[in-house]
Amino acid sequence: MDLLADFFRQIAEDHPRWNFIWMYEPVQQGKVLSGIWMTIELSIACLALSMVIGVVGAFAQGSRNLILRSLVQGYIQFFRNTPPYVQLLFFYFALGQFTPTYSPDGWLEVPIISNVGWAIISLSFFAGAFNIEIFRAGIEAVPESTREASESLGFSRKQTYRYVVLPLALRVSLPALNNNLVNLVKTTTQAFGIAVPELLYQSVTIWNDYPSALYPTMLLVFVVYVILVGVLVMSMSHWERSMRIPGYGV
Amino acid sequence: MSGSSDKEPIVSIRDVHKYFGDLQVLKGVSFEVMKGEVVCIIGPSGSGKSTLIRCINALNDIQSGSIEVCGIDLTDPKLDRLALRKRVGMVFQQYNLFPHKTAMENIMMAPILVLKEKEDEVRQRARALMKRVRLEGKEDAYPGELSGGQQQRVAIARSLAMSPDVMLFDEVTAALDPETVKEVLVTIKELAQDGMTCILVTHEMGFAREVADHIYFTDNGIIVEHGPPATFFTDAKDPRTKEFLSQIL
Repeated sequence: MDLLADFFRQIAEDHPRWNFIWMYEPVQQGKVLSGIWMTIELSIACLALSMVIGVVGAFAQGSRNLILRSLVQGYIQFFRNTPPYVQLLFFYFALGQFTPTYSPDGWLEVPIISNVGWAIISLSFFAGAFNIEIFRAGIEAVPESTREASESLGFSRKQTYRYVVLPLALRVSLPALNNNLVNLVKTTTQAFGIAVPELLYQSVTIWNDYPSALYPTMLLVFVVYVILVGVLVMSMSHWERSMRIPGYGV
Repeated sequence: MSGSSDKEPIVSIRDVHKYFGDLQVLKGVSFEVMKGEVVCIIGPSGSGKSTLIRCINALNDIQSGSIEVCGIDLTDPKLDRLALRKRVGMVFQQYNLFPHKTAMENIMMAPILVLKEKEDEVRQRARALMKRVRLEGKEDAYPGELSGGQQQRVAIARSLAMSPDVMLFDEVTAALDPETVKEVLVTIKELAQDGMTCILVTHEMGFAREVADHIYFTDNGIIVEHGPPATFFTDAKDPRTKEFLSQIL
């Protein structure tokens, strides 16, 4: 094998508590890599979906329709005031019972929405509730007079929202959005609870099989999250910078 | 500029009443503006001037009376606001430019998005408008990089890009320092001389005297007195008008 693998194999022999098993054993290495990849997929899917929920929800919240507004308000209250872990279990075990199944081979019954699917839905709805409030705050920061100007130029409500209010609101919202999205990436670990094979899930299987790998694997989980969140924060501040308007406050 | 009595009224306001909750802001206002006329509305703060001008493009609704602009009945419950706003341009006290768009983009947005015109044609027209308001070279500047007077002139150009029939100016110089007031007023004056129908709420008496065909004085929700500038400033009959004029002239 190569030099690096031999090095970590030697460490494991010399220090029994520091078995970096995924540095020299291909099966464990595969678990770690697929775990990291699943965490990334989960994060990206939830970031995207929760942002869509935020934008659409904030638009609906400004609607003249009272029923629509109450629905959005109810949604926010429910998802903001209950633990995301409980939501996850609820979606998977309760709602999962009612989703249709299909049979690939005539014997198995496979639900249309997998545990990964439910994790994405549940976490996106959770983060989306916060995103709505974040965008709403941004929207309220856009002066009424700016909206009136676009209205008096003949813009429809949708056009005003899309071309004037949203671009300005987004700039105001970015710091708070940043925080929420960082939290979202970290909350993806809770998908562990419904056996989504993300990084924490894979790590736990590794240290259950190899207790000697407990410390190194925990360390790995921390390091991977520091890097993932670091990349997210960096791209968010890059985004913030690229949207800066000359001569404008935010 | 005057002598337009043979023309059709482009704006006619009849017995308009407007409430904000329990507060009555307009208490039966009526007047007409002919095509190509320049009308100034003056009066103390809180007299309903701004409310009145905002009613003309349906930014405020009214509780009774009628407003007709370019043949469009504003009290119609099925009022097509888009059709109205294609005909009526409005300029605000605080400019209200879109801060995330350059001067050119501010001017071009509405013709492209609302009138669905071709971008190339709109760009040409926008350049011509920038020239007309004397802002050549500032095409790519963001509002935050422009002075108040420059921003206000972009706002005027932005309204003109929609080729409106009537322009409304709501205290457009009130937020400017005395020097920049002039550059904005010159722009409006040129506009008026080109035959644009203009309705202005203003505190610029010198400007009103020079440019207006007709002056209306509002106080406490009604029109107290009106007339052409020649008689309005010298022969005011109403005591309230006299008092107001004596304090500002």
